[in-house]
Amino acid sequence: MNHSITEPDRAPLDAILLYVFVGLAALGAIFATAFSDDRLFRFHGYLLIGAFTVAFALMTVALSSGRLHSAQERYADGVIRAGVIATMFWAVVGLLVGVVIAAQLAWPSIMYFPEHGWLNFGRLRPLHTSGVIFAFGGNALIATSFYVVQRTSKARLAGGAWPWFVFWGYQLFIVLAATGYLAGITQSREYAEPEWYVDLWLTIVWVAYLLVFLGTLWKRKEPHIYVANWFYLAFIVTIALLHVINNLAMPVGALHHRSYSLFAGVQDALTQWWYGHNAVGFFLTAGFLGMMYYFVPKRAERPVYSYRLSIVHFWSLIFIYIWAGPHHLHYTALPQWTQTLGMTFSIMLWMPSWGGMINGLMTLSGAWDKLRTDPVIRMMVVAIAFYGMSTFEGPLMSIRAVNSLSHYTDWTIGHVHSGALGWVGFISFGAIYCLVPWLWKKDRLYSNQLVEWHFWIATTGILLYICAMWVSGIMEGLMWREYTPQGFLANSFVETVAAKHVENVIRMVGGLMYLAGALIMSYNLWRTVRLPSPASAAATPAPALIPAE
Amino acid sequence: MSALSYETVARFAQQGGTLYFAAIFAVAVAYALWPRNGEVFRRAAMLPLEKDEDDNVQA
Repeated sequence: MNHSITEPDRAPLDAILLYVFVGLAALGAIFATAFSDDRLFRFHGYLLIGAFTVAFALMTVALSSGRLHSAQERYADGVIRAGVIATMFWAVVGLLVGVVIAAQLAWPSIMYFPEHGWLNFGRLRPLHTSGVIFAFGGNALIATSFYVVQRTSKARLAGGAWPWFVFWGYQLFIVLAATGYLAGITQSREYAEPEWYVDLWLTIVWVAYLLVFLGTLWKRKEPHIYVANWFYLAFIVTIALLHVINNLAMPVGALHHRSYSLFAGVQDALTQWWYGHNAVGFFLTAGFLGMMYYFVPKRAERPVYSYRLSIVHFWSLIFIYIWAGPHHLHYTALPQWTQTLGMTFSIMLWMPSWGGMINGLMTLSGAWDKLRTDPVIRMMVVAIAFYGMSTFEGPLMSIRAVNSLSHYTDWTIGHVHSGALGWVGFISFGAIYCLVPWLWKKDRLYSNQLVEWHFWIATTGILLYICAMWVSGIMEGLMWREYTPQGFLANSFVETVAAKHVENVIRMVGGLMYLAGALIMSYNLWRTVRLPSPASAAATPAPALIPAE
Repeated sequence: MSALSYETVARFAQQGGTLYFAAIFAVAVAYALWPRNGEVFRRAAMLPLEKDEDDNVQA
């Protein structure tokens, strides 16, 4: 490493620290792989060795050519551009896997491949859920949070090269999780399937993310911390807490992939659904509300309807959401009062959720004509409408009597997808349609017409999906509780599955339409990046590049 | 030790939690509605609207 110090241009400390960290990680991966006798652990070991050695080699080149300096007077937008590309890539992958498993449910005899275990529904399903939630949603959150915190703080991202560590470290987490699921590595906790060593890696990445975010807020030049940053910060802090506690586990061996949870019985179930519901509350809600509170006012060119309401929205949302988890455990060994507590807090969530929805929608007051002229803002407004709809439906389903019908049925799947496709997907797509022209210095998107196509195809897809799931969910719920006059259950389980065939086909078509929308968007963004830059962009001084040799 | 029976802990969690929750909510609402914070919030609400898509950090 001595050669980097002899350079006339000294490498910054943050880059050297990262360089040493990556080098040590590569060594650690090599030793762990060499000494492990667990085939699956070694598979991930080779993957880690590859990732860390490539990163180490690239950093060696970058350090020796002095390219890891961060210019404090400029925003760090490179990592956000990378984040936008990753977001769209994982969106397409995650949605595609969703369509595949929907087809498996619709045509179980055609889409079943017993000779390829890794194509089994049980392995593909967590690939889909993690792919869309953590890979697509997570990348969208990291990228937009980096953009919003810099602009509203008037400060460059803290940590120099470390935001890049957050980006690449998070991609590595996704690849480890995804390949693990296909290989059969799972700790079987919903939305927390990755095993202990992948969890440890995500913890390191997440702490770096938290420090970058806090460091940027720390050196802000704007005295007030804009409300979007509060939502992003709540998302980062709470996910750290949830992730660490829910994944507390004892590995079978230091160099073995398998681990066992520290919790057992009903404590295990409660911890898991405290985690699971707050993954919804803080990952899929608070973070994306941060997105809403920045990109909707920005695009509508008017301030948020009520800043005071946004503060009440924030504090009531985060304090209520954390208690709602037990509604996943109605009619279980969980004490009755705890179930009721979860249900009550879920119903209380109507207030902050609808307060936030009204705040987002009313931001457009006086500018409603933009709904007609600007398909991007229409997409975000429809996202907020879906936020309102699914946060109305959720508390309804948490009521014990309703839950006795809805639980374990497709109704839940429909509910989740109205939130995920409608709210999370559309608000992210809206934000990315805004971001790409800003980040690549274009004065417009390649085609507004293609945004229209994306909007209408995807919206119709969502409606097909959720209506099909309402029908099949309520139908199967009713079939499960149907008795014959003699007091026997009227339907066998497989009869209720067969009855859902048409709805399952409609669901797959809806998902396919949503995927088609994302593909149209990717093409539109690609063409936007390829547009010639307007003359004004030439006025900003280009960074001094070192010529290739 | 009877002081830490299930019932005691559950009651503390339920009643203490209610009071704690109500207090936190009151503080948040008071902060949001405090008249003197109005000017700060008005300024803060304008933050996203600044023309800052440029690369350069504004002074």
